[in-house]
Amino acid sequence: MTQKSVVVVDYGMGNVLSVCRAFQNQGANVALTGQAGEIAGAERLILPGVGAFGDCMKALEQRGLVEPILEFLRSERPFLGICVGMQILMDAGDEFGGYPGLGLFPGRVVQIASQSADGATRKIPHIGWTPIAPPESATDHRWAGTMFEGTPRQTPFYFVHSFTAAPLNATDVLASAYYAGAHVTAAIGRDNITGVQFHPEKSGPAGLALIERFLSL
Amino acid sequence: MRTVRLIARLDIKAPNLIKGIHLEGLRVIGDPNVYARRYYEQGADELIYMDIVASLYERNSLTDIVEKATRNVFIPLTVGGGVRSVEDARKLLASGADKVGLNTAAVRRPALISEIAQRFGSQAVVLSIEAKRSGPVHWEAYTDNGREHTGLDVVTWAKRATELGAGEILLTSVDQEGTRKGFDVALVRAVTDVVSIPVIASGGMGKIDHLMEVIRDGHADAVAMADVLHYNRTTLDAIRREVLAFDAPVRRVA
Repeated sequence: MTQKSVVVVDYGMGNVLSVCRAFQNQGANVALTGQAGEIAGAERLILPGVGAFGDCMKALEQRGLVEPILEFLRSERPFLGICVGMQILMDAGDEFGGYPGLGLFPGRVVQIASQSADGATRKIPHIGWTPIAPPESATDHRWAGTMFEGTPRQTPFYFVHSFTAAPLNATDVLASAYYAGAHVTAAIGRDNITGVQFHPEKSGPAGLALIERFLSL
Repeated sequence: MRTVRLIARLDIKAPNLIKGIHLEGLRVIGDPNVYARRYYEQGADELIYMDIVASLYERNSLTDIVEKATRNVFIPLTVGGGVRSVEDARKLLASGADKVGLNTAAVRRPALISEIAQRFGSQAVVLSIEAKRSGPVHWEAYTDNGREHTGLDVVTWAKRATELGAGEILLTSVDQEGTRKGFDVALVRAVTDVVSIPVIASGGMGKIDHLMEVIRDGHADAVAMADVLHYNRTTLDAIRREVLAFDAPVRRVA
């Protein structure tokens, strides 16, 4: 079998070393690059992202990487957005006054409420290992053919975020999680595009298994 | 339901993993990467590396250790000790750290918390507080492994750091650290009661009861362990199984 290759978008945001190392650990040939041509022509593309939504979008815009990423997304080759790299697939983010995203999934990225319905304080950011499952509205087959195929329901993954994607189309939600009673979107997906709010590269063996599966898509 | 994280803490005097009592009287344990990998395999939720001499000798020595860890440890890494600037933080994050720990430099110049939080996000900033009991319900923050007074009240300092943008607090009881006699539960509770960010309780873990107390009564969001793991008195997977049997809210590992 030929070695799978992935391109990780390098735009100065996030712990890209850990992302590269996790994919390398699963046998992938990893290229970390900010070159438009390599991004648009990648076999598989990974968009990491940590920090504020607007900062990530601005960094992509300043480096001229929005169009190459959109070009890649039209190619039907596998794409994975991680954390803010997932959030910016949405229409817009509310963080620090609002900022437009890539607009591939209708809906906004909104702050997790710091109080639950019964008035109890909910600690923000949501940091820790939280179990994920297909959304309640989805069929049992929602994960079939996706990178989540074979992942046991309620497997915990490592999250660290204060904002969550709120897709308008329920069918775009691939996985949900509950943090102190608040619903958070754990993953979104359509066709070749997957976005995960949690960090598979920091989620131990379960995360590595997801990465393995992504490489076989 | 919250999920309490079980964290292995590795105090480093490069190139070694070390351990002391009350953060002093340091003993060499071994190669930090061997222990990091072991704790990863035991199902640790995170690792914390603290370079315990960096702030004394004003140098960094952790980047190599962290960079090696990213090759075979795939869980979050917090790294602290000697971080004095945004550039120091950037270097550690670029070496594979997910969060940086701040203590001495933040005490000297609290604005550093905001500067690092603005550049890398609050989730990347862990304020490390070394707390010593100064009265029945009072604790003072120390630096340099519990040696230097700061004059800061721990609870006030924790609140201030939260406002400045810290994303988490690593709260070490110098009194309990290395004693295996249990956490300073009142200290942990005093801080968790007033801050809106997660608090990692550290110092004093000797047995499962201690862990249950600091979760149940201290409201700890995470618990750091060192001594109990380094000397192989138990393993993280055994600890996890035991506290799960008590219905503690920790992650289930397959």
